[in-house]
Amino acid sequence: MIQFTDVYKRYASGKDALKKLNLFVEQGAMVFITGRSGAGKTTLLRLIALIERQTRGQIIVNSQNLERVKGNRISLFRRNLGFMFQDHRLLNDRTVFDNVALPMVVAGYSYQEIRKRVHASLDKVGLLSLEKSYPLALSGGEQQRVGIARAVVHRPALLLADEPTGNLDPALSWESMKLFEQFNQVGVTVLIASHDLEMIRRLRKPIITLKAGQLLTKNLPVEP
Amino acid sequence: MNVKRKPGTGPNNSLGRKFQVWIAQHARAMLVSTGQLSKNPIGNIFSIAVIGITLALPAGLHLIINNATQILENWEGNVQVAIYLKPHVDEAQARQLSQNLQADSVIENITLITKEQALNEYKTLSGFAEALEALEENPLPNVLIIRPNINSLSSVAGSELIHRLSNMEEVESAQLDHQWVNRLIAILDILKRGVIILTTLFSIAVLLIVGNTMRLSIFNKRTEIEIDKLFGATNSFIQRPFLYTGLIYGAGGSLVAWCLLLLLTFIIQDPVNQLSILYGSDFAINGLNAKEVFALFGIGSGLGLLGSWIAVGRHLSATEPT
Ligand SMILES: Nc1ncnc2c1ncn2[C@@H]1O[C@H](COP(=O)(O)OP(=O)(O)OP(=O)(O)O)[C@@H](O)[C@H]1O
Ligand SMILES: [Mg+2]
Repeated sequence: MIQFTDVYKRYASGKDALKKLNLFVEQGAMVFITGRSGAGKTTLLRLIALIERQTRGQIIVNSQNLERVKGNRISLFRRNLGFMFQDHRLLNDRTVFDNVALPMVVAGYSYQEIRKRVHASLDKVGLLSLEKSYPLALSGGEQQRVGIARAVVHRPALLLADEPTGNLDPALSWESMKLFEQFNQVGVTVLIASHDLEMIRRLRKPIITLKAGQLLTKNLPVEP
Repeated sequence: MNVKRKPGTGPNNSLGRKFQVWIAQHARAMLVSTGQLSKNPIGNIFSIAVIGITLALPAGLHLIINNATQILENWEGNVQVAIYLKPHVDEAQARQLSQNLQADSVIENITLITKEQALNEYKTLSGFAEALEALEENPLPNVLIIRPNINSLSSVAGSELIHRLSNMEEVESAQLDHQWVNRLIAILDILKRGVIILTTLFSIAVLLIVGNTMRLSIFNKRTEIEIDKLFGATNSFIQRPFLYTGLIYGAGGSLVAWCLLLLLTFIIQDPVNQLSILYGSDFAINGLNAKEVFALFGIGSGLGLLGSWIAVGRHLSATEPT
């Protein structure tokens, strides 16, 4: 469950990225966030992941008031998140395997467990054969899928994906979306920022549209 | 959300399991740290050498002052006042005087060296036995050797004692042997304080060296640190490898410093021995004892740890969300 109450975010530059934002995402939902470039999609996800803090207002995630999550509790809070970045953020001096393993290494899983889950995760995104490659040797789309594998490897309760299909061809995009849907079906709350309006309409999920940091519409899926 | 797992839990939460995780985390941190060190051997050896030299300077000075103090303290045990009695004072009078003086609290003990004893000793030691045999009269005076009570003898009390003794009517002159020893000991006391100040300064230097080296390596790993943190790494998880690196720097620096000190003792050993022989002493230079070596390693490692702890702590607090 994610709840925003009158949330403002002003960056140090003075830019108001979010203005008086109110929204509610149910536990176990799969929701898309759209809006023009600069509308505040990434900012919204960063606030939920505690990468940034809101300037004003209240954010509640899984019944935790984020304002009260400080210090080491930020780390514990993030272990229940899977995050996919718009710019991949893979470590170029680490193999694909090591990149995907990162969230589990950080949480202190045993090597056997890590190996099992990383392989399962890479298999899901169809990159098992590339586990020993380095990110720079991969295509943009492959890198993005490594990012997906890393975001889900530790079975987070909440998955935040920032433009997860930006570099994928339509077929792969659709496959990735289906993958997110699968996670959602086993109980993971999924929040996806995306430009690809046409595709997300086809998935018939709630869509939150932002415009200049404000909530424009909240569309419920339309039955065909 | 997934209700099967409590939020923020790791792989498993039983105590034994937690301990296993803890051990595994430390093993990993050590591996990461040593891996990082072996990636840049030259640079790291340089850093360790600089830390070693920095530690060796105050430690070396400490060693030298310690040895000097030891030499002087041995001499101090021999601080004595020689009282040369006037020629007309005979042995019985000298004995009486010695008994009177024994009551003085500043005086530990008194030995009378009669002129006959002195002459005999001189004969055997000098090798001029025959020449001295020719003397009709013993030219030497009776001498009282006073060993003052070191504890109660300040330098003021010392000169006062001499003054008092030389004013006695039987006494020709009284001399405090080795007055310079006391002066040197006083100077060494000042130097010891200097070593403390120097040690503080050089400790700060070690902190700065380690901190700065760490700052660079943190900067090189900032992307990784950021991503680790985004996926829930705790500050201790991030810190641990750097702390191990700091510890290795500190301990390595201590090892270098110790080797330098061994080299120092080795180099000055011969000349010191020669000097000892010249002075008829059996003094041999002392290296660091076990306790001091332990302290050197403790201080070095502690500084390495502290330096990296400060550097990583500063970086981590700068990356908290605002
Ligand atoms: N770190 C920052 N400092 C200052 N301003 C920022 C920062 N990050 C984002 N902004 C500004 O905040 C606004 C919202 O940015 P945000 O990244 O959330 O947009 P977005 O909807 O994700 O855009 P895009 O679709 O291009 O990724 C933009 O105008 C941007 O310039
Ligand atoms: Mg964005």
